[in-house]
Amino acid sequence: MLTIKNLHAEVDGKKILKGINLEIKRGEMHAIMGPNGSGKSSLSSVLAGRENYTVTEGEVIFEGKNLLDLSPENRAREGIFLAFQYPVEIPGVSNLNFLKTALNEIRTYHGLAPIEAKEFLKLTKEKQQLVDFNANLMNRSLNEGFSGGEKKRNEVFQLAMLDPKLAILDETDSGLDIDALRIVAAGVNKLRSVDKAFMVITHYQRLLDYIVPDFVHVLYDGRIVKTGNKELALELEEKGYDWLKEEVHQKESV
Amino acid sequence: MRNSNEIIDDIANKEYEFGFTTDIEMDIAPVGLNEDTIRFISAKKQEPEWLLEWRLKGFAAFKKMKFPNWQHFQMPELDLQKLSYYAAPKEKKKLNSLDEVDPELLATFDKLGISLKEQKVLAGVAVDVVFDSVSVATTYRAKLEELGIIFCSFGEAVKHHPELVKKYLGTVVPHSDNIFAALNAAVFSDGSFVYIPKGVRSPMELSTYFRINAENTGQFERTLIIADESAYVSYLEGCTAPKRDENQLHAAVVELVALDHGEIKYSTVQNWYPGDKDGNGGIFNFVTKRGICKGNGSKISWTQVETGSAITWKYPSVILQGDNSEGEFYSVAVTRNKQIADTGTKIYHLGKNTRSRIISKGISAGHSDNTYRGLVQVGPRAANARNYTQCDSLLIGDRCGAHTFPYIESRNSTATVEHEATTSKIGEDQIFYLNQRGIETEKAVALIVNGYAKEVLNQLPMEFAVEAQKLLSITLEGSVG
Repeated sequence: MLTIKNLHAEVDGKKILKGINLEIKRGEMHAIMGPNGSGKSSLSSVLAGRENYTVTEGEVIFEGKNLLDLSPENRAREGIFLAFQYPVEIPGVSNLNFLKTALNEIRTYHGLAPIEAKEFLKLTKEKQQLVDFNANLMNRSLNEGFSGGEKKRNEVFQLAMLDPKLAILDETDSGLDIDALRIVAAGVNKLRSVDKAFMVITHYQRLLDYIVPDFVHVLYDGRIVKTGNKELALELEEKGYDWLKEEVHQKESV
Repeated sequence: MRNSNEIIDDIANKEYEFGFTTDIEMDIAPVGLNEDTIRFISAKKQEPEWLLEWRLKGFAAFKKMKFPNWQHFQMPELDLQKLSYYAAPKEKKKLNSLDEVDPELLATFDKLGISLKEQKVLAGVAVDVVFDSVSVATTYRAKLEELGIIFCSFGEAVKHHPELVKKYLGTVVPHSDNIFAALNAAVFSDGSFVYIPKGVRSPMELSTYFRINAENTGQFERTLIIADESAYVSYLEGCTAPKRDENQLHAAVVELVALDHGEIKYSTVQNWYPGDKDGNGGIFNFVTKRGICKGNGSKISWTQVETGSAITWKYPSVILQGDNSEGEFYSVAVTRNKQIADTGTKIYHLGKNTRSRIISKGISAGHSDNTYRGLVQVGPRAANARNYTQCDSLLIGDRCGAHTFPYIESRNSTATVEHEATTSKIGEDQIFYLNQRGIETEKAVALIVNGYAKEVLNQLPMEFAVEAQKLLSITLEGSVG
């Protein structure tokens, strides 16, 4: 579904991704871990097409298309969804109006007619119950006055509504207490399916107790320095990142 | 991929939709402004002597006045001698019904989305149409007459209801109020007149559509609306003009009078030609609008959506004379390219327990300048007067300006006056967030702007709220900073 080859990117002339290689297939759950500043969130920004990130080398193929040629909205329409670490507030724009606009933009792109009002409401109710999202928040202005936890849960609700092929969760666990974390994780687990893939970016192993990954990748200094299964996450939890950093530096000096 | 600046330039170049002209035979006054001009207009309209006298008083006041210099923009040079003060489509004969209106005119208004055929017009909206200097048609008149509601052109009101016109004309905006009001008093051509009798609620929205067509003319309409005791009316005006390289002056006067428990809701969707992207041409929209809540418990509410004109310069105001009366001002002013808006309101609290609410939302894009200027004045008798003002500015791009000049004068210690102001920018983060959900940048901006202006748009009658939303989206198409 997604193939990243030798991806290099920079922001304001500073190199932040230095040759990422990654293959994600349908149905897979990939966790991206790594110390602060290793490039985890930058990777998600580059994939989603944030303006101030410049790709200097490499390629990204998504469902047979060159992703880097597409505008951010077309990447979204092709099926890439980014759950933001810091979801923005948009006053006066109701959550549902926003979602309806988004859904219809995606449908139009795929040559489908706009969704019927009745069908939209049905879908809304179904997904809201599926991911246990507070119905009162649906008619409020988009994220305005939401608590940190409510914003993150809204991201998962949107994910459920827009039904992408690849969902990237950028530190969705940060700032959540354990109860909120469980609800968010349960929502994500319900959305897992054989034709959907996930890339979960997290700093802590904690989230992976609830969302069990098929692969764990450790990002350090703009590169994936180690790939393993869920056991790797536990090992990192126990030993921290320093041993990996040393391993990297030893390899480089050889 | 296109960057933000390219998209900004795109909106800057977005064409004005209503810029066409109508080729129709016109009756035009000779260029120039003097007593003869005024007599010419008065004679054309077959006016009574008292009205001519009033016009001449206005002209005398005008001659003594100078253009103001306190505004927050460079006052353009205006040569009032180069304008023609009267332009009307030539009438072949007296019109008895709409079917006899020049088809060219009907086509013009169809093109503007304003159908004059009653069966086709928006259900529940009566329309008076003013083309250059004269009113060409008023719909649903008979139906309104059954309720005693008078809705007609100003000229007809002078003929058929002189006592009402005489009683209220100039009582809210005197002939010597300011230089543009004085000019209007001298040369006003037509406009709408509304009278709602005691205890009657108008069953439909009343609406006037203004269209400037002729070249080198000014438009000086005058509107007078009276809500008698416990009467209610919701009134809406809309306007467009062709694209021309020269600036055109629009100096209208609107007077509202609400008697005991009377209520007037006045909405404006202003879309005069704004000029091109370099600031050539466009309408100078210098308008005096004022209402008086004369009676106990009366209410006047102004709602304006201002997207057009090269310069918009107006302060729809309310005098709260009656005890327990209420004034409101809701405004969205959008400026882009080199447009200028210096707008706001004045609320005078004179009576006891008077209340007012001001919500102003400025949106600036391109190289434009957007100013809110407002006065809240509380007189010594206005015990327990209350005002709340909220004044927000939204900036799109980094080459535009937003300014706020609030004036508060209170002479009663029991009064409460609140003022809140915010300035924000459409953030790249907001745009990117919406992009990431599949929404393209132009739609994203429209969504954000409409959300921002929602509190004001919600005040518009339903049929027009949708239009105004569309207009905001079109006006700001693609604008990101």
